[in-house]
Amino acid sequence: MKKILLALFALSLFSFITVSGDGGKIPSATVKKLDGSKVNSNTFSNNGKPIIISFWATWCKPCKKELDAIHENYPDWIKETGVKLIAISIDDARSSGKVVTDVKSKGWEYEVYIDENQDFKRAMNVNNVPHTFLIDGSGKIVWSHNSYSDGDEEKLYENVKKLVAGEPLSH
Amino acid sequence: MISLFHFSRIFAQVDAGSVHGNFQVDAQYYQPDSLIGAPKVPEKFLSNAFGNINYTKGAFSAGVRYEAYNNVRQGFDPRYKGQGIVNRFARYQTELLDVTVGNIYEQFGSGLMLRTYYEPGLLYDNSLDGMRIISSPKKGITLKGLVGKQRYFFNVGTGIVRGGDAEINLNELLDSLLGKKKTRVILGGSFVSKYQADQDPSLILPENVATYGGRLTIIREGFNFSTEYAYKINDPSLDNKFSYKFGEVLFSSVSYATNGFSFLLQGKRVDNMSFRSDRNESLQSLLINYIPATTRPHTYSLLALNPYATQLRGEIGGMAEIQYKFKKGTFLGGAYGTEITLNGSLANGLKHIGVNDSLTSQYYYKTRWTDIGNAYYHDFFIEINKKFSKKLKGTFLVANQFYDRNIIQFAADNAGYKDLESTIGVIDLTYKYKSSSTIRIELQGLFAREQDMITNSNLVAKGNWAAALIEWTPTGNWFFAVYDQYNYGNPDASLQIHYYLGTFGYNEGPHRIAVSYGKQSAGIFCVGGVCRTVPASNGITLSITSSF
Repeated sequence: MKKILLALFALSLFSFITVSGDGGKIPSATVKKLDGSKVNSNTFSNNGKPIIISFWATWCKPCKKELDAIHENYPDWIKETGVKLIAISIDDARSSGKVVTDVKSKGWEYEVYIDENQDFKRAMNVNNVPHTFLIDGSGKIVWSHNSYSDGDEEKLYENVKKLVAGEPLSH
Repeated sequence: MISLFHFSRIFAQVDAGSVHGNFQVDAQYYQPDSLIGAPKVPEKFLSNAFGNINYTKGAFSAGVRYEAYNNVRQGFDPRYKGQGIVNRFARYQTELLDVTVGNIYEQFGSGLMLRTYYEPGLLYDNSLDGMRIISSPKKGITLKGLVGKQRYFFNVGTGIVRGGDAEINLNELLDSLLGKKKTRVILGGSFVSKYQADQDPSLILPENVATYGGRLTIIREGFNFSTEYAYKINDPSLDNKFSYKFGEVLFSSVSYATNGFSFLLQGKRVDNMSFRSDRNESLQSLLINYIPATTRPHTYSLLALNPYATQLRGEIGGMAEIQYKFKKGTFLGGAYGTEITLNGSLANGLKHIGVNDSLTSQYYYKTRWTDIGNAYYHDFFIEINKKFSKKLKGTFLVANQFYDRNIIQFAADNAGYKDLESTIGVIDLTYKYKSSSTIRIELQGLFAREQDMITNSNLVAKGNWAAALIEWTPTGNWFFAVYDQYNYGNPDASLQIHYYLGTFGYNEGPHRIAVSYGKQSAGIFCVGGVCRTVPASNGITLSITSSF
């Protein structure tokens, strides 16, 4: 048992040593727009303003909670910071037909893409959904967060504001 | 390894391209439990781990994945044994030419003919080790070609897979004519073939097996229609009991969505469409194609207790769903609006008309599009999502499910089990008592009408179930959960077992650690704000995920 605990300790240490080496550009992968056309992820832009990229799925409850919570405040966020949210669905062919119906019936105004065979998910090294990234005005990934619990959207927005103000971000 | 990660950080800061990666460990200390059928594990401690490192600079990217199973955790294929680099690729990507060598993930259309895919939670990886070229010679045209062998544990399978796909987006191609039209039309076609030598002493088997088909998508504002058909020549295999019948599949979907309302209808018919690069393989090994199930994947554990999987041998099924949002300020909408979902899905078998030529030992049968066989599965549910106040939100769900255990779980027409019909109820309440502090309570009940003839099998869930979850998130970083799934209605009183599970964990940015103790049933498991697919287990589990 001692050995196991030691091993667990070493493993947990390891995961913290690898803390975030962000700073890369958005990698290139082909995703599908809701009108069926293909777009390369390296063309995502917001005229020098920050972008939030949120990986979600129609079967993922916390993902939808997060996007619903942001939806309530999204007009204010845009007005105050000019931020844009890009929602990437990782639904496969089984449920990708539901992406457009979920998005429209929920009234989300986000830019939505489908990453049906998860090329972009792999390129962004996402393990599980929800996973949210913050991209600065120059297109660099500067922050990311895995999982969602109620209230996380406020922390995300604090970081968006800090990014716009040029202050260091917090986790 | 650690110095490698440090190296990547330094590398990432110098603007010579960027390095990203992720990493996951799932380790478990096992305790035997004869009551629930958890065996004694000789190693006591098993772990699955992987790490990806990807490098990108402009149009160039490359990556490797290392996997280690010492030994593989319970519930996974024991042929995953040992460690090594199982995935590496290099890619150069421009509009005109996009070339990848190494391990390739690709999907043609909706995957009916080819989909190579990776799902670490299931250890599903059928990547193609070979070469792929994608070209877009003109805006609106995408051409793909590939050839390779599929991953098979720490090796590759024997069969060769090659294929091509063409897709035309008419609006983009004829931009001056159709570019501004509201109706979007996309056409596609694929051809995939596999080669495997015939070494059967008695049967003359086709060494080259082709599948081909086409697809069409039409989108106009809120209206969406898509359909795909694929045909496969005769492909005798273990899956179809070495039948020489051809295979075919049709998968169609139509939907309409507008602000606050949506409607979705999906249908499919599959006949003898298992397509593997080795005709003698089974389970999830060496599958070339993917036939999606037309049932909804569930995340509440009792709804997912008896999940459906597409029957590649033959199935006809469909799903319909309506979603409606009662607006804020209306009687049913209340102060925040109310969302309601109605969903129904069905899956039936195909009737086989036997034509059995025993002289040539070529087993054959016929099916007709109008002949629908026995019911395999159904799932009807109504789900209501309601926000009561700034602090309190709830989800309420009632479902009725039908489940043919013989077919779905044991792939046999008569394994001796009776069909299961169950009614399931779920109440899920989230109370946010401070800005980032919440308590979530989940109550579930499954009320079954079944009498299994075989009562001595732990593989079979029996009778009524109740489940309760309390999840506490004191800050956005920490979470604690206690879950109990209780088989109170088991006809065998000694098997009326509580499946307890306690979990706590910590999240920070893209890093996450979770420790759980207890017994866990298989399914899509969501805790602490993350969903993933997990096998059944018993003991202490540690999970670490991290990305950079």
